[in-house]
Amino acid sequence: MSNKINHSMSLAKPDAVDISNKQKVALAIGILGLFILVLALFNTNFPNKGLFLTLSLGFISVGILIYSRDAYLTKLEGIKNDGIWFKSISSRGVWGWILGVILTAFYIVLYFYPQYLGLGKDGASNTGLISLFDPLSNLLSGRNASQWFVYGTLYTIAILAFGYKFMLKYRHNRYEQLRTVSVMFFQLGFAFLIPEFMYVMNSDLPYYDLKSVWPLNYYIFDEWSVKGFLSNGNIGLGLILFGIISIFVITPILTYKYGKRWYCSWVCGCGGLAETAGDSFRQLSSKKMSAWKLERWLIHTVLVFSVVMTVAMVYTYLGYDHNAFWLTKGLFIGLVIGFLTLVFAGVMYFKRKEFGRDAKYGAIGYFVVIALLVIMHFTGTTDNVFFIKGSALRSAYGVYIGSIFSGVIGTGFYPILGNRSWCRFGCPMAAILGFQQRLFSKFRITTNGGQCISCGNCSNSCEMGIDVRAYAQKGENIVRSSCVGCGICSAVCPRGVLKLENDTMEGRINPTEILLGNDVDLMDLVNKK
Amino acid sequence: MEHIVIIGNGISGVTAARHIRKLSDKQITIVSAETDYFFSRTALMYVYMGHMKFEHTQPYEDWFWEKNRIHLKKGYVKNIETKSKTLQFADGGSLQYDKLIIATGSKPNKFGWPGQDLDGVMGMYHKQDLDNLERYAPNNKVCKRAVIVGGGLIGIELAEMLNSRNIPVTFLVRENSFWNGVLPEGESTMINRHIKNHHIDLRLGNNLKEIISDENGKVKSIIIQETGEEITCDVVGLTAGVSPNIDFIKDSDIEIGRGVKVNRFLETSIQDVYAIGDCAEQHEGINGRRPIEAVWYTGRMMGETVAQTICGNRIQYNPGHWFNSAKFLDIEYQTYGWVFAKPRENEAHFHWKHADDTKCITVCYNKNTNEFLGINTFGIRMRHGIFDTWLTEKRDVDYVIAHLAEANFDPEFYKTYEVDIHSAFKNELQTV
Repeated sequence: MSNKINHSMSLAKPDAVDISNKQKVALAIGILGLFILVLALFNTNFPNKGLFLTLSLGFISVGILIYSRDAYLTKLEGIKNDGIWFKSISSRGVWGWILGVILTAFYIVLYFYPQYLGLGKDGASNTGLISLFDPLSNLLSGRNASQWFVYGTLYTIAILAFGYKFMLKYRHNRYEQLRTVSVMFFQLGFAFLIPEFMYVMNSDLPYYDLKSVWPLNYYIFDEWSVKGFLSNGNIGLGLILFGIISIFVITPILTYKYGKRWYCSWVCGCGGLAETAGDSFRQLSSKKMSAWKLERWLIHTVLVFSVVMTVAMVYTYLGYDHNAFWLTKGLFIGLVIGFLTLVFAGVMYFKRKEFGRDAKYGAIGYFVVIALLVIMHFTGTTDNVFFIKGSALRSAYGVYIGSIFSGVIGTGFYPILGNRSWCRFGCPMAAILGFQQRLFSKFRITTNGGQCISCGNCSNSCEMGIDVRAYAQKGENIVRSSCVGCGICSAVCPRGVLKLENDTMEGRINPTEILLGNDVDLMDLVNKK
Repeated sequence: MEHIVIIGNGISGVTAARHIRKLSDKQITIVSAETDYFFSRTALMYVYMGHMKFEHTQPYEDWFWEKNRIHLKKGYVKNIETKSKTLQFADGGSLQYDKLIIATGSKPNKFGWPGQDLDGVMGMYHKQDLDNLERYAPNNKVCKRAVIVGGGLIGIELAEMLNSRNIPVTFLVRENSFWNGVLPEGESTMINRHIKNHHIDLRLGNNLKEIISDENGKVKSIIIQETGEEITCDVVGLTAGVSPNIDFIKDSDIEIGRGVKVNRFLETSIQDVYAIGDCAEQHEGINGRRPIEAVWYTGRMMGETVAQTICGNRIQYNPGHWFNSAKFLDIEYQTYGWVFAKPRENEAHFHWKHADDTKCITVCYNKNTNEFLGINTFGIRMRHGIFDTWLTEKRDVDYVIAHLAEANFDPEFYKTYEVDIHSAFKNELQTV
């Protein structure tokens, strides 16, 4: 320690403040819990699996709980970011990279090699890690665990335990507390328990996390999924209708009223993990202009991909004969083209002034989608889009977007790219909500006149990589499609400059050159050109 | 093409440069001896605390300057020759200008204390001060105790910084209550308690007598004037205010007082030389403001204004209603309009404090006309725009108190206190 006097005068990495003894004990308890999982992974056959699973998950949770209590309850309420850029794990140091590699490896195995986790294939019983979770799975739904059950359980534990930590960290901030209770509730109830109970009630129903909306839930309109729902009478029909209503009715209304935050930081599971377990990595997202450019291209490309893929998929299994089913291939394509054209024309007519060059990009994007659809239809090659089968498109999407982008990179790279890289660069749902948030929403982050001192705490803590300061120091409200409304920029601002709020659409975007507080005549002269 | 040279790459100079670029195609050069790029001085504390890295304090990416054709030159200006319009640099070079903007900011005050230049004694203003602190107070093993001299905004920030690394702090404050030259008593004493709650050894009414050196010329201890007590320490932070950083101008023809003297157009006594920001001194304070204002946003506003003048639209610097903000450890502070430590003639204060001792407001109004004059708010965020409007409209205090909810700027779902405040206000009127 003492030999680290920094005579180079560089600000590289002073010693982070050591963790307390209590925290060391907590860490040990948590690692013990993880160790049981590792033992199981290496095929240790525990005598009483239920007991050891309970011990493992219990140790992990208790470890996190004790650690967080000691970290935050020993101090006065306030912003607790001391040393985040000194700690190896939260500043892309060695520990950060190690964690990144472990998480990434876990996701690769989970998605592509579940047999290494002990998944029993073709009816064989589970072994290893997955078998450890059999008792819990049997308790909830009367069937053995799958890799997804293991993942779902760990995911839920992570959101609950780190959610608790987050609530202690922001115990002075009721917005953060309520938001966190909300994501904990939706994860535990909607993503974890309800689907299991639904299975108990009707084992033929496909897994359906009610809060997971297409296109984030990209498989809901798959043939097996739709058939699964439709073959289950009114409940199934109700569920699939709910899925359609979610994206076309519920989502637009809520986003109009509250911005995309109602979903991204209050309900969504990906967002839930990012906001709780991922909170320590939020500062790692890149704020560079170049990252923003990449983001805009990438996320909209994924959106177009997901729309084309879904349409192609649905198109494949629909028939030609309207007597067999009212929704035929022809009608479906017509509806899709009609809808997209309507959205495009509406936006262009009412909102074109709010677009810069981005309008052109958007226009091209939509044009490409529609052109693809039309060509697909009129080439008459029933299941081929540009010589690629709809099913191939679907499986490519599943592998590259659904697994690699959202899981392996999205979560595995938390300690490297920050906790929202999937939400920021890849999530097609976020793209749709963001599009609406930017154009048709009452939500904005209001900047408080001329109080900004350009310190940069807001930008630093923005997990979506928004350079919040760039707006705040101009006295300009922040209206960005990517903002998930986590509220941390507002929380960390030392001068009370930022406030998330829903207000009227008028004057929501207020670019200024001269800020409030200067000569009124000068403000008028320069700001109102 | 006219060459505009700006000395100083702080908020004033950089704002001036940006606005000149927006308005014109003039050649622009910013000279700084401190850093290569503009950074937010107010954020230096967060670098030491590990909330941010130094690069995060830079509001513009490095490509910004070239893209906007703002030339950056690193160098220390030794002398300004106004007759030949030439800057002489300490390293021997020189630079011609057509118009010169002096925006060199402040430097920490030193009052001739014995030992004030020892190793381990520093202000907290420049990037170099941060480097120094990192060197002498990297952790609580190298720096077993730090003493801070001067109870103002920078002093309490330095205390917070050291606290974040668990370095024990003794905080010497000349006044008998923290910042009570500015804050009314109820607020000042609340902050005293808040400081102590953070385990900072706050010594009110204590002055520094001298700083004692060890055998290597590094600080060993300090002695308190009033008690003669010697406090062993490894770092001494001198935070007894700042003054204009203008030593290099003293030999030039430019008129100076405490700062560079400027008129309302921010013009100095020499044609084509302007001064803005902390280093500029108005002949008379504007609208109750001080002649020298070392405040972030006034620097920015002067930059916005002088750019107009330089680009042909000669206008006066005419700041609007006074406002400011700060943060005392965990308590945020905002002020709009004028609230003085003690009510002046014809003024009265209404003070409300929450039972948790971290939130309070003080409203100042005219006793005779009831006109609302200003508000200090602690732990509750308020809207600048609303108060600016109310001050312009000369609303009376009853209106302001009754409509306080409109001005609330706290995050959603926060508890609100307007009802409490309103009833406290009515009660106070009844008892008077």
